[in-house]
Amino acid sequence: MSAEEKVALRVSGLEVATTKGAAIVEDVSLTLRQGEILGVVGESGSGKTTTALSLFGYASRGARVERIAVEAEGERIEDPRRLAALRGEALSYVPQDPGTALNPSLRVAAAIEDMLRAHRRGAEGRTPGQWLESVHLPGDEEFGKRYPHQLSGGQQQRVCIAQALACGPDVVVLDEPTTGLDVVTQARILRELVRLRDEEHVAMIYITHDLSVVAQIANRIAVMYAGRIIEEGPAEEVLARPRHPYTRGLLASTPDHVHTRPLQPMPGIAVGVGDRPQGCAFAARCPQRQDRCLAAMPDLLEVGAGHRARCLEWERTPAPAAAGGHLSRRDLAGDHEVLLEVRNLAAEHRSRRETVVAASDVSFSVAKGACVALVGESGSGKTTIARTIVGLHPVAGGEILLGGESLPADAKKRSSGQRRRIQMIMQNPADALNPRRTIEWSIARPARVLGGMGRREAGAEVRRLLEAVRLSAGIVDRYPHELSGGERQRVAIARALAADPEVLVCDEITSALDVSVQAAILELLDDLRSRLGLATVFITHDLGVVAHVADFVLVLEHGLVCEQGPAAEILARPRHEYTRRLLESAPSLSAALEAWQTVGDTPAEAVLEGTGPGGGSVLDSSGG
Amino acid sequence: MEAGVATALPEKAGRRPLVSRVPRFLRTPSGAVGATLFLAIVLFAVFGRLFAPHSPEAPIGIPGSPPGPEALLGTDALGRDVFSRLLYGGLSVVGLAGIATVGVYAIGVTVGLVAGYSRSLVDPILMRTVDFILSFPALLLLLILVTGLGTAIWVTVVGVVIVLFPGVARIVRAATEEVSQRGYVESAVARGEKTPGILAREILPNIVTPIMADVGIRFAAAVIFIASMNYLGLGLRPPSSDWGLMVSENRRVITTNIWGVLAPAALLGLLAIAVALVADSYARTRGRSGR
Amino acid sequence: MEAVGPPPAPTAVAPRHWRRRFPLTAFLVRRIAAGLVLLLATSAFIFFATQILPGNVAQVVLGRNATPQSVASLEAKLGLDEPVVTRYVDWLGNAVTGDFGDSAVQLGQGAKSAPVASELGEPLRNSLILAGITVLLMIPLSFLLGVYAATRAGKPGDHITSLTSLVIGAFPEFVFGTLLILVFFSLLNVLPPVALVPPGTSPLAEPEALVLPILTLLGVTLAAGIRQVRGGMIDVLESNFVALAEINGLPRRRILWRYALRNALPASIQIIAQNILYLLGGIIIVESVFAYPGVGTFLVEAVNTRDVTAVEAVSLILAAIYISINILADFLVVVLVPKLRTRL
Repeated sequence: MSAEEKVALRVSGLEVATTKGAAIVEDVSLTLRQGEILGVVGESGSGKTTTALSLFGYASRGARVERIAVEAEGERIEDPRRLAALRGEALSYVPQDPGTALNPSLRVAAAIEDMLRAHRRGAEGRTPGQWLESVHLPGDEEFGKRYPHQLSGGQQQRVCIAQALACGPDVVVLDEPTTGLDVVTQARILRELVRLRDEEHVAMIYITHDLSVVAQIANRIAVMYAGRIIEEGPAEEVLARPRHPYTRGLLASTPDHVHTRPLQPMPGIAVGVGDRPQGCAFAARCPQRQDRCLAAMPDLLEVGAGHRARCLEWERTPAPAAAGGHLSRRDLAGDHEVLLEVRNLAAEHRSRRETVVAASDVSFSVAKGACVALVGESGSGKTTIARTIVGLHPVAGGEILLGGESLPADAKKRSSGQRRRIQMIMQNPADALNPRRTIEWSIARPARVLGGMGRREAGAEVRRLLEAVRLSAGIVDRYPHELSGGERQRVAIARALAADPEVLVCDEITSALDVSVQAAILELLDDLRSRLGLATVFITHDLGVVAHVADFVLVLEHGLVCEQGPAAEILARPRHEYTRRLLESAPSLSAALEAWQTVGDTPAEAVLEGTGPGGGSVLDSSGG
Repeated sequence: MEAGVATALPEKAGRRPLVSRVPRFLRTPSGAVGATLFLAIVLFAVFGRLFAPHSPEAPIGIPGSPPGPEALLGTDALGRDVFSRLLYGGLSVVGLAGIATVGVYAIGVTVGLVAGYSRSLVDPILMRTVDFILSFPALLLLLILVTGLGTAIWVTVVGVVIVLFPGVARIVRAATEEVSQRGYVESAVARGEKTPGILAREILPNIVTPIMADVGIRFAAAVIFIASMNYLGLGLRPPSSDWGLMVSENRRVITTNIWGVLAPAALLGLLAIAVALVADSYARTRGRSGR
Repeated sequence: MEAVGPPPAPTAVAPRHWRRRFPLTAFLVRRIAAGLVLLLATSAFIFFATQILPGNVAQVVLGRNATPQSVASLEAKLGLDEPVVTRYVDWLGNAVTGDFGDSAVQLGQGAKSAPVASELGEPLRNSLILAGITVLLMIPLSFLLGVYAATRAGKPGDHITSLTSLVIGAFPEFVFGTLLILVFFSLLNVLPPVALVPPGTSPLAEPEALVLPILTLLGVTLAAGIRQVRGGMIDVLESNFVALAEINGLPRRRILWRYALRNALPASIQIIAQNILYLLGGIIIVESVFAYPGVGTFLVEAVNTRDVTAVEAVSLILAAIYISINILADFLVVVLVPKLRTRL
């Protein structure tokens, strides 16, 4: 539909550099037609947010827009400073974190009123209440009088979207607008955006790190790597037949709960700003690299109708593996030895004023070599359960058994043998390791305290473990800040292994990582699990990840188990309403592709109309 | 082993070179000026007495004489050499403020660590005490202590410690509470490390920055309180040589010899400015809102 | 219409209890009650710290050469022969009614009765005038200069304001006051070095006398105020919602007032309250520097002569003012921050 529409925004030759001169974003050109959603996808550090902000003539501290040409409203602007004239007029912006993006002392209606007053075009006769209604928020006076902190995260984001629309722009730029929201809320927001595109004909640039999200809504996709667009084209083509090996790698690293196949991690890590090579920035990680790739940065080459890729060897990029493949799920029927058992566990959060139930009547057991996943949104109590297992959170009821014997609730009261046998890996790689200690110290400590090793013995053990988590032994005397997030998480895994544990508790260990790094960590964990026979408790909010790692699943909501059973069973045939809602809301690449093939339109619309996979009952029932 | 991934994680280019050992906050103009000035005044205060031309306590001429060949800065209200008293009178300020600052941090860090890490009643008890001390104007608290315990310099020093440690305790408590929720501390708890070990190995090294951020400000405050108490005649007493005391003693003779007041006041002012410049530079290079 | 999700905010059902209906009043009542408890604790500390520690008040007041008889008679007059707790309760009971007892020193010099309360009236009024004028000048100036420096952060206007306030704010009060005397009296001879106000006259009748004390107090407190208001304002100017307002093209003036300043206000109020509190300490020194007849001079004199009753009286009054300002500042902040106000 987009081809005949008029162009809403054309950007060419964008270049952003640090004030010291290193390029952050180079040679970016985008064209956006009315009523079209362009998805811009990239991992952290790819320059996607920098690109979005530069359209407004805005650069974060330490950066500067060097060159840009923007055509909008029939006008061509080439001076970055003059782009300010477009702010809120031709373009408006929806930020990543709605919680900090709204003025805390301004009521919701007044916040929208501000936009109406500032932008002539926005007025259009609609009142703030009507704008709120246009994003499916209540338009009544009571709601308009609320302050941002009185709204949920999803509502705050809708207010931000209403604000952006109230400017009356040609193009709305959305920067990771659903990151940090739970999947059900995310699905609603995505549906809202598709409706706004179709009904109000708004053009949008949707920036995200998540391919399966853009697959739901985008008409066109641009993939960024190391500050450049490396592939760009119609969404369906880019996803179904990627021509750049990076795009293909990203697709192969993205977990999928509908058609699950083994993840294929990409080797290596992205190049940082200032370290970019002369040739193709992806060459170092590329399986189809040739000598000519190292000579000069390739141009964007035409690889299909409206489909371009920045790869000289694009014809050799293999098609993504067909859906299917085989996952190494453990056979649960076998009489494996049960290592960890949780019986009727209850836990609470106590504050001075109130006691909140964090978990209640949770029971499950983990056999040697098996993986049990606890799935739920934030506030479901999943992390609290993990913490009670390792003795960091008091138990309010029930018991935890290790190898058949009951464990004291408090880690301090457990024997050192009991502590050794259960190890936990924490969520955030940024604070998993003591910043003031070397990697060697951090890994050696459990070996010495729990394993009773001497200094020399522990030193050798550290090197052996680093090899086991596929890190170079040369990093022993580094400090955590010198490592990337993925490397730090590997060190955290090595530290957990240093105790020679039997049970591993993993709390959202990949949620802070990019998908390509996540895929590598999940693969490593899978390998270690089968080699060492570790019983694993895996905490996550991501159903795609569950599909890849878990043998058995517990779905939690507000501290209660909604449903539990074998992973394949739950993912395919959910019984509980909440599980079903989660599964339907969670974006899936394969389901999106399937919807395209059957309906021929963007999946969210298909889902919206109830024809997509999964029936879309949530999205429908939640609509008004 | 799967060498593929191991080699794909590139070896970072060597260790950080040992560039300049001078910390960044001393390399800014205001940091450098402040540090130099501070060092100069401290050296003057500590070693100046070795070069004093006269005894600081013996009269050498008519009270309040202007500068002359005998007395570089004239004589004070009792006819003593202002310059010699100036050389003697800094140690009390710098030294006592230094001792008080050490005391402030010893108590403040201990209280903050214990309160911040404790999950028991110890925390509220310690922090209510701290709140209580902070509910007095600081100088008033010093005056009340002097009334009760008598005029003596040790009362002033102890008083300064009491008045200033709550600020440190609050900062340390907040930092400790935050750090103790980090993954590495929880890991240490889960592997059964003893509490003193956790405090010393996992927490303390990671809260050094917020603790150090205010050392300059606290030292300056100690200087101000001690000098002020001496000025009021409620700390050191005559005939001690002390810059604060000199400012009040020589007020009577400012019409004939301004130096008896100006010189010690200027030194105290410069000392305070020097510390403030260094502290400000430290805060700014740490990216606080001072920019 | 989509299910909007449960609003975390209170519902429309009208709660019955007055605390729910007038949450701000309830908050104020709660804070005042807590303040009174704190004041009680403070009074106990003041009483016991001044009296009970070493030595005997009567002995100290009368000096080493006093005869045992005169010591005993002064003790009786001061009621020192009674148990400590009884004395504290009596003292506190009387203090509540405005009777702070008799000056120990004057009783020791043979006076029949020397109520501290009657001697305190004039110094208290003089100090309030001095502090009041300073505060009236300090509040608007802190704001204006702080916001000015923040909006030109990194430019010359900011550097000059910031460096000047850094330097002036670093001085001890007595040093700054003394330097002012040296400049305006010794060098220029335009203002008097001391602020003598004859008993029975108002300091307002001697405006010249007030200039240097006010300048000194202003210099020291304003400097800190400007720097902190500037810092708070910069923090807000760097926040996400200000950036978003800029990106979405709101007018600069609107952003500055309604987005930045409005949200920097609560922190600034706290800062200014802190500086008013600091002023309470500073005034003690500054009055001594200029021999200004206020409570500060009165207090230092009383400490010097060990006039315990006088010290207690002034301390209690200052502590009460201190606590009241804290409550007022907390209250204003709660009124100004919607998140705090709506969650009461």
